[in-house]
Amino acid sequence: MAAEFDTGRFRQLSELLGRKFVTGVEDFGYGAMLFVESVMWLLAGHWMQQRVRLAAVAQEMVTIGVQAIPVVTILAFANGAMMAMQGIYTLRDFGAESQVVTGIAMSVTREFGVLIAGIVVAGRSGSAIAARIGTMQMAQEIDALRVMGISPVRYLVSPILAAMLVMMPLLAILSDSMAILGGGAISGIELHISLETYLSRVFAVLAPWDIFQGLTKSVVFAVLITLVATSNGFNASGGAEGLGRATTRSVVLCIAAIVVADMIFTFFLSR
Amino acid sequence: MNVETTQPVITVNNLVTYYGDQKILDDVSLTVNAGEIMVIMGGSGSGKSTLLRYLLGLHSIDGGEICLFGKDISRLSTREWMEMRKKIGVSFQGGALFNSMNVGENVRMPLREHTQLDENTMKIMSRMKLEVVNLAGYEHLMPAQLSGGMVKRAALARAIVMDPSILFFDEPSAGLDPVVAADLDNLILRIREAMKVSIVVVTHELDSAFKIADRITVLDRGRILMVGTVDEVRHSDNPRIRNLLTRTSEDEPVDADEYLQRLTEGAMRN
Repeated sequence: MAAEFDTGRFRQLSELLGRKFVTGVEDFGYGAMLFVESVMWLLAGHWMQQRVRLAAVAQEMVTIGVQAIPVVTILAFANGAMMAMQGIYTLRDFGAESQVVTGIAMSVTREFGVLIAGIVVAGRSGSAIAARIGTMQMAQEIDALRVMGISPVRYLVSPILAAMLVMMPLLAILSDSMAILGGGAISGIELHISLETYLSRVFAVLAPWDIFQGLTKSVVFAVLITLVATSNGFNASGGAEGLGRATTRSVVLCIAAIVVADMIFTFFLSR
Repeated sequence: MNVETTQPVITVNNLVTYYGDQKILDDVSLTVNAGEIMVIMGGSGSGKSTLLRYLLGLHSIDGGEICLFGKDISRLSTREWMEMRKKIGVSFQGGALFNSMNVGENVRMPLREHTQLDENTMKIMSRMKLEVVNLAGYEHLMPAQLSGGMVKRAALARAIVMDPSILFFDEPSAGLDPVVAADLDNLILRIREAMKVSIVVVTHELDSAFKIADRITVLDRGRILMVGTVDEVRHSDNPRIRNLLTRTSEDEPVDADEYLQRLTEGAMRN
């Protein structure tokens, strides 16, 4: 009897794992298809007489990028300040607290600046995009677009992708700058070095590759956030509760995707 | 009601569709002629809205063929489909107006996406269509500020703004009071006369169907029970059509305890 029970449970577990795996592969395929199609519309839309409208891209750039500036500024500045505090506290034991400048400059430009920008955009826009497209899906607005001969990918996804690809690197640069300034403020207080000296040390330490590394990640984050948020919106179903689920799933997956992608990139780019 | 020509604009041959393992539409065949109003009628779950979605090309078919203007839609390239869709207009059950745009912008949207017209010309054209549906002067309102009947009329204005050859309506009277529903029926008839357009209406409202239809297709459990004129459907002696016309349930009354027991057994099996 116990053996039968265990077999049944094992089968259920196997089925569940199999279903999850297949769903994961389907989601990945769907995201890849969205990416290819939205890039195709961006590049060939004009030729196909369905160009992606610049006004829509500009509107998305404001929503995704400009409106995220205050949050990115505050979070990045605070993060830079915290890194400086922790760095000085740790390095003081070795009498090397002045090396904190090197630590901040490298880790912010390579890692934390872009990560903060990514998490802010994932939290703000990842949920908003999924909610907007999900609501349109449930109100048959997506069907209305299709039957009007308007590709929903061209109309909804391509402007978001274009805006993300422009704004994410800019937000990453802003985030880098603010985090370095935050570190500079604490260094000034704790180590009594002027901002000018602090910045000259930062620029002496940084190489173009460090900034390029962060910018490369920001492009990858832009694509990931766009695909995860839009695909969750398109697949939303089940009324208000389903929309809530899709929105939450979008934010969680966006953040998980950029953190994992960041780790993989760091592994390969730091070798 | 006179059907002006008998040239078919829609031909459905032996259409079969599935949802998972479940057959939704089974061997459905029908034609809609130019200038004709075809009403697709049936009870809830009969497959009429599903049939409409397949006619609109929103899903891929599993068997048979659907031809619009003589072309098999499953063989059309993306570009050909885009061109084909400029010739059809759809009024969805809930209107499907874009909530982020006002009424005027909603109506102008197909023009903006498919034509090179300047803004003033588009405004004039959208105003003309809004006048047809008695909504002139409401361009600046957002969809959330409209009544149910106004939403349907605004959706109709958007559907006809490109002067389509076929118009599709999904439950046009649903959720409307009888007076507004009758107004909408008259509007559909007026538009047919004015634009010489073929119209497919999916509805379960008998009064509405009998008022506007040239022919009626009766669907039941995914199969066509009959295709005929209003009189032929009215006088049909098919028991399932009689049940639909007399609004009689064919299911045996079920005891509440028995129903609960069935539900419990079903849940335990799953």
